[in-house]
Amino acid sequence: MIRAIGLILSGDPEVYRIASLSLYTAGTGTLLSCTWSIPISTVLALRNFHGKRVLKGLFNAAIGIPTVALGLYLYLVLSRSGPLGSFQFLYTPNAIIIGQSILVSPIVVSFSASALESVDPELRDLARTLGASDLQTYGVIIKEASWGVILAVMAAFNRAFGELGIAMMLGGNIRYVTRLLTTAIALETARGEIALSIALSFILLAITVSVSVAVNLARKPTS
Amino acid sequence: MTSLLETVDLTKQYTGVPVLDRVSVAADPRKITSIVGVNGAGKTTLLKIIAGLIAPTSGRVSVHGRECDQDQLRSHCTMVFQRSVMFGSSVHDNVAYGLRINKTPNSEIAEEVQEALAVVNLEGFEKRKARRLSSGEQQRVAMARALALDREILLFDEPTANLDPANSMIIEHVIKESAHTKVVLVSTHNLSQARRLSDRVIHLYKGRVVEEGEAGSFFANPKDERTKLFINGGLQF
Repeated sequence: MIRAIGLILSGDPEVYRIASLSLYTAGTGTLLSCTWSIPISTVLALRNFHGKRVLKGLFNAAIGIPTVALGLYLYLVLSRSGPLGSFQFLYTPNAIIIGQSILVSPIVVSFSASALESVDPELRDLARTLGASDLQTYGVIIKEASWGVILAVMAAFNRAFGELGIAMMLGGNIRYVTRLLTTAIALETARGEIALSIALSFILLAITVSVSVAVNLARKPTS
Repeated sequence: MTSLLETVDLTKQYTGVPVLDRVSVAADPRKITSIVGVNGAGKTTLLKIIAGLIAPTSGRVSVHGRECDQDQLRSHCTMVFQRSVMFGSSVHDNVAYGLRINKTPNSEIAEEVQEALAVVNLEGFEKRKARRLSSGEQQRVAMARALALDREILLFDEPTANLDPANSMIIEHVIKESAHTKVVLVSTHNLSQARRLSDRVIHLYKGRVVEEGEAGSFFANPKDERTKLFINGGLQF
């Protein structure tokens, strides 16, 4: 334990490089996912269409998808002989970002849709009777549900930040290129470097908790 | 002569069950029209169709003799709901919301918000959080928010339900003042309020207009048996 703390305090550049890359891939993957997941959740929550309940059920079920299984399917898609092989994403941070963005999409969609559905339905009528267009009405509802949507995004980030299967299968755990906190912990534990693993896991936990606390502190008091 | 607001044979069904059945009503400025009826009579549905918030199953709504779709109706009308719904922001922002999205110049918004709040006796409330106000004050903010838009048709759905007498009096006064220049429709099951406010009264029962007329004769000499029962407090849904 003391050695682990010593490793953190020593400011080892490789450890901080690994932590930075982990933040970068999880953050970018989560933001990328938001670009389609929040619009999908808005449609799921606020519009009525045939098959809506089935689709919501599928997104809910996909929250628990094993990362190794998703990593395997994406490996086949991104590998040299796969349909997206020509982009040569495999074993790059971009592959991890793509994988994590897909992994966390069901979390953002399901949790955001749930937050949007919980907004008082009369707010929608209110906005419309004051002259709001459909888009402006959606804006009002998203604003009302913003804290729930932020929590969904935070949960998605934490899932991406702490996952191992996709990072390992699509990134390959290449030193200085695609090594993340989770893959490094797995590797160092396998090599018997327990102190280093503990140090890395402390950083992993510290960042996860810090992000959650920072988001909570940033929340304005409710009206 | 064509009335400013007319509905013709409005019918609304939910999963085959009629909520409104061929309702035709008309209203003009300078007269307050009350739509009375027991709970579930279809009053709110009628107002929501006129407000352009829901589509009728059949029938039409005309303004100035022109048939309007939902978007057009929303540009002519605004509605105050029974339960005051507030945006999670300040009183100023609540009242300013409609002005902003209707492209009122920023330089005029503050003044118009102040004017609208003065009408409902809420001067100085601009910075208060709307959801922290009492229910009566919230309903007055809702009135100010509707008045600020300056639409020619104002719809009030049970505007004083569950409010104390002081707030009810302020709201009734504002409704009367609004009627000087606008078409005002008020739905209520409060007969004493309907007597105080109305120039015309329409009685809805099970989605149908069973009687309508000038307020004096409506209350003094009701013709329909259901209206007589309603006025005497004996009509159930």
